[in-house]
Amino acid sequence: MSPRGGGGRDSTRDGTRGGPEAREARDGHDVHDARKVRAAGTNGGDRARTLERLLATKEIVVSCGSGGVGKTTMAAALAAMAATHLGGKVLVLTVDPARRLANALGLERFGNTEVVVPPEAFAAGGVEPRGALWAAMLDTKQSWDDLVRRHAPDARTRDAILSNALYENISGRFVQSHDYIAMERLFEIHSSGTYDLIVVDTPPTRNAIDFLEAPERMGEFFSSRLLRWLTAPAKSRVLTVTSKPFYRVADSILGSQFLGDIAEFFSLFQTMAPGFVERSGAVKRLLTDRRTTFLVVSTLEAAPAREAEFFVRELDARGLHLGAVILNKVLPTYLRRTNLTPVARALCRDAAALAADPSVHGGDEPDQVARVLQEVGESFLNYQVVAKRESEQRDELAQIPDVVATAPYLEADVHDLAGLLRLGEQVWR
Amino acid sequence: MRPTTTGASASALSADPPLAARVPLDLLDRRLLFVTGKGGVGKTTVASGLALLAARQGRRTLVCQSDAKGDLADAYEVSGLEFAPREVQPHLFAMAMDTESSLREYLRLQLKLPLVAKVGPLARAFDFIANAAPGVKEVLTVGKYVWEVRERHYDLVVVDAVASGHIVGQLAAPQAINQLVQVGVVRNQTSWMLDILSDPAQTGVVVVASPEEMPVNESLELAARIRDETTVDLAAVVVNRVLPELFGRGEEEVFVRLRRPERVVALSGAVGGDVGPVLDAAELAVTLRRTGAGHLATLRAGLPPALAMLYLPYLFSRAVGLRATHRIAEALAEELGR
Repeated sequence: MSPRGGGGRDSTRDGTRGGPEAREARDGHDVHDARKVRAAGTNGGDRARTLERLLATKEIVVSCGSGGVGKTTMAAALAAMAATHLGGKVLVLTVDPARRLANALGLERFGNTEVVVPPEAFAAGGVEPRGALWAAMLDTKQSWDDLVRRHAPDARTRDAILSNALYENISGRFVQSHDYIAMERLFEIHSSGTYDLIVVDTPPTRNAIDFLEAPERMGEFFSSRLLRWLTAPAKSRVLTVTSKPFYRVADSILGSQFLGDIAEFFSLFQTMAPGFVERSGAVKRLLTDRRTTFLVVSTLEAAPAREAEFFVRELDARGLHLGAVILNKVLPTYLRRTNLTPVARALCRDAAALAADPSVHGGDEPDQVARVLQEVGESFLNYQVVAKRESEQRDELAQIPDVVATAPYLEADVHDLAGLLRLGEQVWR
Repeated sequence: MRPTTTGASASALSADPPLAARVPLDLLDRRLLFVTGKGGVGKTTVASGLALLAARQGRRTLVCQSDAKGDLADAYEVSGLEFAPREVQPHLFAMAMDTESSLREYLRLQLKLPLVAKVGPLARAFDFIANAAPGVKEVLTVGKYVWEVRERHYDLVVVDAVASGHIVGQLAAPQAINQLVQVGVVRNQTSWMLDILSDPAQTGVVVVASPEEMPVNESLELAARIRDETTVDLAAVVVNRVLPELFGRGEEEVFVRLRRPERVVALSGAVGGDVGPVLDAAELAVTLRRTGAGHLATLRAGLPPALAMLYLPYLFSRAVGLRATHRIAEALAEELGR
């Protein structure tokens, strides 16, 4: 079964297998060339070509895609491959991994602390990594608390915010705070300079671009008229002409006490504005930096593929770098072979006659053999429809990015590091 | 239809209650159904199919889209839906939720406020508060659905609801708001909302899952949270995209023997082409089906035994849009015994 999906990608292999060259790129010598290569890529010449080369030249890789396509697992698999073959310190920052994936990475508890994946886990998979793999899960609540501690002007304000009854609800909800926190945490870890490569899994969002906009919205929020309105009752009872109807309606709907609570909270919150505004600008710059690349993970089913296409366009519109499209859980290419269609049809049509042949039934009950042949033929034709549909989706998605990698449908779920590496091998070169 | 059906189900009712519970004849007789599940499992497919089935049976049905993705419009092959419902199929009306319109309607109908024209920027501001203040937006959204039920505008309201991460917060909002908001119209509104939401004869949640690991895990967590954190009844779990079983009893052994090299050669010769890959494909199909069946067993074992589970087949055809929605409606009809 060809993991490459038969796209003729073998011809683009150039024998680069991590090793010294990739290491060199990480150190900066080769980065410029790699960019030239990518720039030329749109003309059909050399591209980054492989995820291996792409990751060797980047510091941040953001894995995106709609729910259920396997982006969390793919992010972990790529981080494991990078730690194994490229070396250095590699961190995978995940948001909400399946229990077995957390186990595979040795993450027993949720928390913002990064933990190293024990070398024994690699050894169990028969691999001696060149570098080290670290893993962390995003804890939104704890991250918010940390942010408040950092940006609050004084201890009294800090404690007032943290103990405010609305704080927990609000920190969990407004301005896509979950998305903002993921990006903020990424910025913090990146600035620490601890890791050579950070692979980030993005939170599941209703709309895939939400998290891209989160830093900007956070910055805008602090300078908005809305915040002024919200905080007005706490500062003064004198309302402006424009905000008066707002309070009249809000009062009658919510009651003034609740509104007062909200106002008090946002007044406290506003004291953190300078820190937040500056920080959200820095987060935004980091995302558009050339050291950052985005991977779009998708299956070839209609809905995820459509979302992937949308996402690819949005990245482009924002000047963000799309490094690769990774197609996951793809059916094997032999299903698309048209010369197999008449064979499958013949199995359906002539099942009884075929099963009557002693060299075919081989001693089995011919009726039973006929039923099996019929099922086999029908099933093939069924899956061929799906495989053809997938192939059309693939053609549409494959037009834009530097790298298109394909991973087959794996029969077993990934439950250890060896499994992650097996998945990574499918897309790496 | 089938001559034995009546007798069989009557005896099943007395002898074996769980069997009767597996056929939830009352699902479409409820007034309000929230269809939810993990992203990507086919919530919209199931919601649009349920609504179409109800309408085909003559119920005046409203189907509501909760987000701005527009998949519901695709399911009925109509252009973008709006807050004002419109008839997309006979007896079937479709609308898209949006908080600002919901607020306008709310102000106009509940508060009798005459400033609808000037409410634009105000509504944006309110939309923000509604986002920030826990429960307010949820009450406005859920409130609209419940209001349609209370006013008896429709026989059935089907909500293509938010994904599992958000649905519990939405359904639990009426109680939450009672604790946070001490006075005001919103609080007054929550009591009649709770009456309708908490009545299993009127309201139910339909959780959509697919036979994969993460959707199954998430469905089990969601079922527990709906029970523990809301007053709304979990009406059914619909498993979408269930792959067909290829082989019956004893046939898989026949298939395994058929794959012996000498018999593959003989079969290829008789057919006049290489059957090897065709047999490979069948083995892949068996494996995929078996993996899915394992996840389904986990799901069934983790849910209350009396809870109804409906199974929808994977659609291999190229059907999209309305044709696919009709096929889902037919599959649902079969599962519901109609």
